[in-house]
Amino acid sequence: MTMSNSTIWLIIIGLGIGTFVLRFSFLGLIGRKPMPEWVLRLLRYTPVAVIPGLMAPAVLLPNEGEALPDLPTLVAVLVTLAVGLWSKKAIWAMGAGAAALVAMVLITGH
Amino acid sequence: MTDHPTPRQSFWQGVRDGGPFILIVGPFGLVFGVVATEAGLDVLQTMAFSIAVIAGAAQLTAIQLMTENAPTAIILITALAVNLRMAMYSASLTPHLGAAPVWQRALVAYLMVDQAYATSILRYEERPDWPVPVKVAYYFGVIALICPVWYLGTLAGAVLGNQIPEWIPLGAAVPIAFIALIGPMLRTLAHVAAALTSVVGALVLAFLPYNLGLLIAALAAMAVGAAVEVWLVRTNRWVKP
Repeated sequence: MTMSNSTIWLIIIGLGIGTFVLRFSFLGLIGRKPMPEWVLRLLRYTPVAVIPGLMAPAVLLPNEGEALPDLPTLVAVLVTLAVGLWSKKAIWAMGAGAAALVAMVLITGH
Repeated sequence: MTDHPTPRQSFWQGVRDGGPFILIVGPFGLVFGVVATEAGLDVLQTMAFSIAVIAGAAQLTAIQLMTENAPTAIILITALAVNLRMAMYSASLTPHLGAAPVWQRALVAYLMVDQAYATSILRYEERPDWPVPVKVAYYFGVIALICPVWYLGTLAGAVLGNQIPEWIPLGAAVPIAFIALIGPMLRTLAHVAAALTSVVGALVLAFLPYNLGLLIAALAAMAVGAAVEVWLVRTNRWVKP
């Protein structure tokens, strides 16, 4: 990296402010004003509309220069999803996924 | 369901619900600390990054582009696009927390990370009757351990550098941390339809720059979820989650 210190700080501060503006946006501007029912209905699907799509390309598309997605990650993710569906507890899903990942790394040796 | 916890009780409930996420957030912070210092940032800059932004995915995106010497404006736009989902989180928290004092809303905004948001919104939808101070206290409880561990993880990664044995697959900690949130969210057919739309949309649109594919896929998924809900209500098959 050939960036000057001032550029690095500009990026850190800009990203900090910009991210805060995004996070504060609706909470700050709308506040307690009531929203119409159809907007509330759409908003109820926010988490389930964002997080699967955020992760899908990272997990299902292969890394650069490889033909297939990473197998240990794929197995760990499937276990995480299955345990989450079954237990309805994110914590259990996370623990099971981490355990599956360690097991896969030990089995496949990488 | 008229009895609800005091703010103090719901704070500790939040600590219990959010606390275990530190097992994943710590390694994630470590990864960022290592990557940032390897890219050439000093410890102070690395820490400032994690404290000012608290958004691992966007921070990693920015570092990646910085090592490629991309123009500053492109770095800012691309990394902020990764965080556009935060505006959607903000909107979805507003019906629950919008009536809180502005300083509390500002603090909620600063601390808005995926795990805290997803844990809190799930609880709010179970207990919409909770008074606002109880909801706010729960949120702060959820984040109470996550955020300090994020800072400490970053610090450990920045100071220790890459002394982590190579066989430990830290990179895979990130998808596990996020995907663990999905199972508990899939409570109705409408939620499943939204999730599938999101996955397919994000994969098909992955070629778009600035993470725009995710934004379009997410908006489409919200519309699909709401449409399926309306259809289930009309055909009398809607079971309130």
